[in-house]
Amino acid sequence: MPLYHSEDQAMLAETVTGFMADEGGIKKQLRHFRDMNCQDGFGHALWKQFAELGLTGILAGEADGGMGMGHVEAGIVLREIGRNLTPSPFLATSVMGVTALAAASDDLRGRLLPGVIAGETVLAVAVDEGPKHRPERIALAAEKSGNGFRLKGRKDFVVHGASADALIVAARTSGAEGDADGVTLFAVPRDSAGLGHNAVRLVDSSMASHVTFDGVELAGDCVIGEVDGGRAVLGRMLAAGRIGAAAELTGVGQGAFDITTAYLKTRKQFGRLIGEFQALQHRAAHLYSELEIAEAATIKAQQLLDGGSERAELMVSVAKAKAGRACNLAVREGVQMHGGVGMTDEYDIGLYMKRDRALAEFMGDAAYHTERVAQLSGY
Amino acid sequence: MSDLDAFRTEIRAWLEANCPAEMREPVSDEDDVCWGGRNFKPKNEAQKAWLDACVARGYTVPDWPKAYGGAGMSPAEAKVWREEMARIGARPPLSSFGIWMLGPALLKFGTEEQKVHYLNQIARGEIRWCQGYSEPGSGSDLVSLQTFGEDRGDHWVVNGQKIWTSYADKADWIFCLVRTDKANKYQGISFLLFDMATPGVTTRPIKLISGASPFCETFFDNVVVPKSQIVGELNRGWDVAKYLLGHEREMISGAGGGDRLNAIGAVCARNGALHDPILRAELAMFDVDALAYAAMGEKFLDEAKVGRAHPAQPNMMKYAGTELNKRRHELLMSAGGSTALEWESNETGGGKPSRSWLRTKANSIEGGTSEVMLNVVAKRILDLPGA
Repeated sequence: MPLYHSEDQAMLAETVTGFMADEGGIKKQLRHFRDMNCQDGFGHALWKQFAELGLTGILAGEADGGMGMGHVEAGIVLREIGRNLTPSPFLATSVMGVTALAAASDDLRGRLLPGVIAGETVLAVAVDEGPKHRPERIALAAEKSGNGFRLKGRKDFVVHGASADALIVAARTSGAEGDADGVTLFAVPRDSAGLGHNAVRLVDSSMASHVTFDGVELAGDCVIGEVDGGRAVLGRMLAAGRIGAAAELTGVGQGAFDITTAYLKTRKQFGRLIGEFQALQHRAAHLYSELEIAEAATIKAQQLLDGGSERAELMVSVAKAKAGRACNLAVREGVQMHGGVGMTDEYDIGLYMKRDRALAEFMGDAAYHTERVAQLSGY
Repeated sequence: MSDLDAFRTEIRAWLEANCPAEMREPVSDEDDVCWGGRNFKPKNEAQKAWLDACVARGYTVPDWPKAYGGAGMSPAEAKVWREEMARIGARPPLSSFGIWMLGPALLKFGTEEQKVHYLNQIARGEIRWCQGYSEPGSGSDLVSLQTFGEDRGDHWVVNGQKIWTSYADKADWIFCLVRTDKANKYQGISFLLFDMATPGVTTRPIKLISGASPFCETFFDNVVVPKSQIVGELNRGWDVAKYLLGHEREMISGAGGGDRLNAIGAVCARNGALHDPILRAELAMFDVDALAYAAMGEKFLDEAKVGRAHPAQPNMMKYAGTELNKRRHELLMSAGGSTALEWESNETGGGKPSRSWLRTKANSIEGGTSEVMLNVVAKRILDLPGA
């Protein structure tokens, strides 16, 4: 398969690019909801529009009413989300949540997927415990209780958790914190007794919760996949989130790069456009190179994931690490090349810098994924 | 089964039957490469058998038309060929500047007669070519070149000097940039082909910091070149040169595959170098970049084959690929420790780690420096002002 978009994918990209630029733009969405101190951190009307285009169900199977597409297509949407800094529950809901739910019972899918696809239901994922992504260790306890389970513990960095209709939670049903076995995935309804959200605003204006589970009672039909055997489905959900975040990062990096090169072509100092200075030209050209490579790695990983390749895990971590570093360079160079105005809230470049930070951390930063590349390579 | 799947099955079976085991081992050094040419002596029977088998099927240049010695593969088929070669670790049957550089230029600018004649020779490995571009006073500023061809009716008489001519002392013919109009800088250069055995051509190898002498100074003293041996129009050789430089940069970038796309952490770990956590981290960061760059190489080739790549993209590839390769060899030296310092020892195969490390320093100089590559990207891709 060639490493560029097929005709169908290019058509999707054209539609999504226009839609996101028109409806998901920085002024209309990010600044609007930030400035009104929105407690969701995103707009529900736009989420409905996502549904009207079919994007909410992009990864859901056609039998479930979805589009039955893959990570390449989801990545097309995420790149445009990144480029426009569009706040939306797409990554957690339609990419990670839907990937996890593919392993759920017909009954559970029937309860959640129609709402997701209709743009009415929002999902959030609760994996991290503590400030760094470390899903190899899951401590949140889910003890047997009657026909169901009782959850006790806490989760962190649950993006838009307080706005979600259900949380996809990785919990421990047996064994010790670091064991591979004994992990189970649950779909936890928002109105569950004992579920507490300490919702905080993050640097990029999104909302995330510290979630407490104080003896949350769940029926057995909230289990996604096998009890104690949740590692595989958790792995698929994480891979979907990581490659999705990488795709969004390539969009953030490209967006930052585009406004920066545009600035180099308009700002004058010493009687010349600053883009004429070779010191800046070389840095811009280097940045271009890094962004191109990050995008290639991301598409490669998407294709491998869609094809079920055994190399997919490795390439997903390569892509998340590479996209993380390239996008970070793009926003740092972007602010520096903007000079003083880059420090003002009026200019958008600072918004890109903030979003990069949050996305870089989401589902493992570049250091985490570089370490993972070493381990998957056998050293 | 799709046509492409059927093609893959066919290629896989053919490779299984025809690629000798010895040709599935990595190339150990320069001497181990099959360069072809008049004076080529196969290193062993396997090398000769592999070359002959590929020549017979047009597989030395799989995507060239059959009439010119190729196999006429489509871009998708050529990709299958590369993938199946890589799958068994097969070496290229033939390596040459004819395949990588002159061939593509002839396909675009050559006359039908030139294509039939020269391309078939290249495909069969009969003629080994070298490239006459740089001059002592014309490195990054190549267009200032002075080697002059004086018009004598049905031929030119060429005088001047080239430098950094790779393997000029081993090459049979040269493709050479020669000034044919002193009044026009860009539109005063012609692209000429001539035999290195022509009277007046001499070469002198240059000893490098690696101890090897792959590059030469090449001198032209009243060298007669018939008018039929020009590629493209008179005084429009710069167009050919620029086009060909794109292919040279693509080649140096390693986009076509090969060692420089591989991760190295696992190999270094086997050699016991990774008890240092900082070195291990540097290797892991390199591996991320190398694997990402490999994807870039694949994407670039896929796009280039169907005309979707930006025409200046080889400059970006050359920049990124060569900087990566230099870093790769810095890390291999670090991981190798004092063993890698050995300049002459059996254990290092005569100082291969250190000599290879030094050789890579030329990567970001030859074929256009990294700084020139960044200039070109800034100007032609980013459209930055005054670049």
